[in-house]
Amino acid sequence: MNGAPPAVVVRDLVKRFGDFVAVDNISLEARPGEIFGFLGPNGAGKSTTIRMLCGLLLPTSGQALVAGLDVAREPERVRQNIGYMSQKFSLYNDLKVIENLRFFAGMYSVPAADLKERIDWAIDMAGLAGREQLLTGTLAAGWKQRLALGCAVLHRPPIVFLDEPTSGVDPISRRLFWELIHRMADDGVTVFVTTHYMDEAEYCNRLVLIDRGRIVASGSPLELKEKSMAGDLLLLECDQVGKALEELQGAPGVTDAAIFGNALHLVVASAQSAIPQVQEFLATRGITVSHIEKIRPSLEDVFVSLTSLNRDRDEGDKGEANRDQGDKRDKGGTKDKGDPTGTAVTDEKKGQP
Amino acid sequence: MNWNRLCAMARKEMIQIRRDARSIGIVIAMPIVMMFAFGYGVSFDTKHIPVYVYDQEKSQQSQDFVKRFQASVYFNVVRTVQSYPELVRAIDRGDCQIGLVVPPDFSSKLLSGQKVSVQAIFDGTDSNSASLGMSYTEAVAQAHSQQLQLAWLRGRGQGQPRLPVSVDARTWFNENLESMVTIVPGVVAMVMAVVGTFLTSLTVAREWERGTMEQLISTPVTPLEIMLGKLAPYVVIGLADTSLCAVMGVWWFGVPFRGHIWVFLLSTLLFLIVVLSLGYFFSVVAKTQLAASQVSLIATFLPAFLLSGFMYPIDQMPAVVRGITHVVPARYYMAILRNVFLKGSPALTMWQDFAGLAIFATVLGLAATRVFRKKLT
Repeated sequence: MNGAPPAVVVRDLVKRFGDFVAVDNISLEARPGEIFGFLGPNGAGKSTTIRMLCGLLLPTSGQALVAGLDVAREPERVRQNIGYMSQKFSLYNDLKVIENLRFFAGMYSVPAADLKERIDWAIDMAGLAGREQLLTGTLAAGWKQRLALGCAVLHRPPIVFLDEPTSGVDPISRRLFWELIHRMADDGVTVFVTTHYMDEAEYCNRLVLIDRGRIVASGSPLELKEKSMAGDLLLLECDQVGKALEELQGAPGVTDAAIFGNALHLVVASAQSAIPQVQEFLATRGITVSHIEKIRPSLEDVFVSLTSLNRDRDEGDKGEANRDQGDKRDKGGTKDKGDPTGTAVTDEKKGQP
Repeated sequence: MNWNRLCAMARKEMIQIRRDARSIGIVIAMPIVMMFAFGYGVSFDTKHIPVYVYDQEKSQQSQDFVKRFQASVYFNVVRTVQSYPELVRAIDRGDCQIGLVVPPDFSSKLLSGQKVSVQAIFDGTDSNSASLGMSYTEAVAQAHSQQLQLAWLRGRGQGQPRLPVSVDARTWFNENLESMVTIVPGVVAMVMAVVGTFLTSLTVAREWERGTMEQLISTPVTPLEIMLGKLAPYVVIGLADTSLCAVMGVWWFGVPFRGHIWVFLLSTLLFLIVVLSLGYFFSVVAKTQLAASQVSLIATFLPAFLLSGFMYPIDQMPAVVRGITHVVPARYYMAILRNVFLKGSPALTMWQDFAGLAIFATVLGLAATRVFRKKLT
């Protein structure tokens, strides 16, 4: 499969909205049958990039080839070859399940001979058997999401773009959804997916981390974990976590500190020398360390260390309104990073009808 | 163009219209309400003008004169007052539009063969009714004078005198000169302007507002298929609505239908293309339902109401305004409809109006096909 031409090629892609640079000179390649993860905080430029790849936005400069076709020059031929699921649910709520499927089958000109089989497949895949006659607006978020995926792939596109497909659905639905993604990839479909859930990033074959429009790292999840951390990572459990974080941010030998759950993660040059140093440093400030050890970094640690997210949280939130226009759903996203399991509780609740 | 996509689009639009209470209301209720509102509410007939009389003499002769007003359908003698200030107050309050003052020497002057003046005061705030009232009053006075003259001549043994010239008036097409008959065909055009433009103005904007547009434009559907698919159901609805109005006009309001049904259908189809394209155009440009519907109301309803010849005859407009009416498509449709309902003259006599409609249908139709871009902004 590696000999096949890449499904998606992006070269020096730039998108500006006025003075604002949403996508700043990114290049990447996705191979056929790959699950390609596009990871980054809200407003990093993920949606803008995916929209350019689908021909929905014109790049300011640079080139994007999808299925070998230039998206700026031949957007219609690109659209024959892709399925797209936008971040916001965008099927017709006032149509029944079966009517939405028939409509999109029509839009993709699914041949009459295939129609029944494809629609049955989509209904089965989405777990909507027996609910064909329900109004789409009355479905729960997880079903809606799977129906949207079903509608987007009725024409068996070789490449699928999914923009934060699982935001706002419950954990079980998310797992089901990722099973579907894996099944598609097994069939040779290239899945280009954006997410800000760390656990989902682990499912990808390849990841690109993007922050403020720029690619900050790329590689397989394993490569990223090994390469991207400068120094060692320490897990620190203590009392007065908040105070400890404040003190440690300026402490000698500590490159970075962040809260993870009830504990702190510290980035240090060398674990061996830093462990006693930190213990002493905190002890002099009246903080008791109950546990400290060197740990293997998770993707989340990589993410936090590579993006400016933890330092400029407020600023990032403000920028988001400008970047992802029309996306009002995922404000809770930046707060999720404190949850080591990656299960974004805040989002889940918001997404429920 | 792909026929399957076009049909899928049209089918989807039809389902959405059917499920949307507001659309159903506009499609069904609007034509009926407008037909009744305009059919009964708008009347250009000036009849039963309220008159107060201050008869200073109260003689047999003066009463005869006043009775002439009472007998006319154009006047309604509401009350007789006893003083001049009372009459002034009545006009001030708007209780009457005409104040008639018969002088105390009315009969004595008449009997002695002198000329007598009756004062008539008109409320000029509505200049149209005032001028109509004035000519009716003069006509009544003239008829009365004529009768007195004839009686006088007969009394002197002159036999039956002849009046040299008389007019034998016949009104064609609207025999009883009822304004309702002229209004109803115009209302049909108004209904089309509103239903057509207003409904289509929502279709594209709604998809942008609800976010469904992003999914739609990620499919291979072409802008032309989107437009034709979205407008097709409204052509059917538009034709049904026009027919509904026509049937109401004929059966309920008693308006004749003297022309050919094909002239009616062809002109309606052309006008539908005009208004649907316009509504679609606004919808694409405005991107929000509120803005699109407001713009379409202002751009079609008002011109159709004021500048199409519906309210005011185009011939009577100042030259500049008359020039503007040429860019109001409803003007041509209105002219054709009046002809089809009332005159029934051959279609060829209306070629200019058909040409006007055809030009607008072509220009706006083409503009609508080009305005939509499959891009987010």
